[in-house]
Amino acid sequence: MPASGLTEIAMIACLFCIFLVPLAGAGLALINTGLGRSHSAAHMMMASISVLSVAGLVFFFCGFAWEGFIGGPAHVLNVSGKGWSVIAAQPFFFRRLSFDGSAGSLSALLQIFCVGLAAIIALGSGADRWRLRAACLSAAVLAGWTYPLFAHWVWGGGWLAQLGSNYGLGHGFIDVGGASSIQVLGGLTALSVTWILGPRRGKYSADGMAPAIPGHNAVLVMLGCLLSLVGWLGLNSAGAILFMGVQPAGTVLIAMNTILGAAAAALTAALITKIRFGKPDASLCANGWVGGLVASSASCAFVIPAEAVVIGSVAGAVVTFAVEWFELGLEVDDPAGAISVHAVGGIWGLLAVGLFARFTSPVLNISGSAATAGGLASDSWQWLAQLVGVATLLGFVLPLTYGINWLLNRIYPYRVSVEGERQGLDLHELGAGAYPEFITHTEDFLPR
Amino acid sequence: MKILSFLLLLAGWFLVLSSLVLLSSPPSRATFVFGGIGVEILGLIFLFRSHAIPRDEKG
Repeated sequence: MPASGLTEIAMIACLFCIFLVPLAGAGLALINTGLGRSHSAAHMMMASISVLSVAGLVFFFCGFAWEGFIGGPAHVLNVSGKGWSVIAAQPFFFRRLSFDGSAGSLSALLQIFCVGLAAIIALGSGADRWRLRAACLSAAVLAGWTYPLFAHWVWGGGWLAQLGSNYGLGHGFIDVGGASSIQVLGGLTALSVTWILGPRRGKYSADGMAPAIPGHNAVLVMLGCLLSLVGWLGLNSAGAILFMGVQPAGTVLIAMNTILGAAAAALTAALITKIRFGKPDASLCANGWVGGLVASSASCAFVIPAEAVVIGSVAGAVVTFAVEWFELGLEVDDPAGAISVHAVGGIWGLLAVGLFARFTSPVLNISGSAATAGGLASDSWQWLAQLVGVATLLGFVLPLTYGINWLLNRIYPYRVSVEGERQGLDLHELGAGAYPEFITHTEDFLPR
Repeated sequence: MKILSFLLLLAGWFLVLSSLVLLSSPPSRATFVFGGIGVEILGLIFLFRSHAIPRDEKG
């Protein structure tokens, strides 16, 4: 049955899964907070709530109009006789959308959480130096333009999803739970923001040393990991039902693959850090766990559990080495490891679809008769479709998100002042610390 | 160097898109897609190098 005509059971299952998705955002917010410094903890949580709010509202104003849903109206470009769906043509403000459990309304509800999740990712990279209003500004543009455009190509029946029906590349670009549209997009935004902000003061010294600035609360980080798991179960399952036409019974396999991917990734990270440093590293294990969740998102509906373990294990290893490589080799100061976890982990997950996925039932990621034809397509060249998607992320989304954030930084500087960074963003921007009864920064209260 | 890096990223992506539109056989398409991704990787290398922190700005 096409995704535009969900059964009642599918609609209820999808709605239940969507209600779990905010927990992924809560988990990421806790992880970002725990991996940042104590004098910016309240600021990070406040920023998470703020960007969620801004992203949700902007997505309501205009984002969904350009993102659309499978089978909805869209602007189609005719390229050599093939129709490329480039951008949706929905009215602004959710007009003409019936909130009756239809696929369109469920898609809108899911994506209002997804866009917030994508916006939260970059906060972890800009921790301890990104101004609150600047973060909101960046989130607004992400929710109003970057996310809707790419999400339409993948989840709205756009040209990437059409690669199968138009050019015979398997079933078109496949991403079940947002490894590309949420994770890699958020990770590339995090990379852009990190470059624009520069490193935290004292992170890299002239003698070539990069002293570690450890996170302030490992408990928050681990709690965030557990909450993220619940959120991801909902995200992957809802995405599979809405954007791939998976039946509700298929969510059992999806949940199994999601947890197995995360578990394998976390244990791989623990093993690697144990071998290299003598003891497992909590923050890298947390990064590995979320990296496993991210990698599982792309393929969770189309692989068997053993393959999910392999995908998770590779994700755990790749993320663990990538965190160190970005920090020490490339001198990218990313306190939460968001670039490694979301961008690198997500790209691996997308490529893993091409390596492991097999399709036993039609994939309904495009609309109408084309979906039926695509459903009967062979799995060959699926990997090429995935490569085209990854090339689009690197070749189009990265320059776009960098350019937008560079421009915004020229208009409204992103980085907090030297004094504000020394004082901590809690006191500087919010006027109160997260832990006032435990920590006293005496120098912060000196008259200026 | 930043502008060159971004131009390389875009050029790589256009190579990938061109392979879809202009070529019909999947093997030649795959070759061009790999070529496009190679150009993108070159752009990424330049991009990371252009964002390296100068020694006198560290600390």
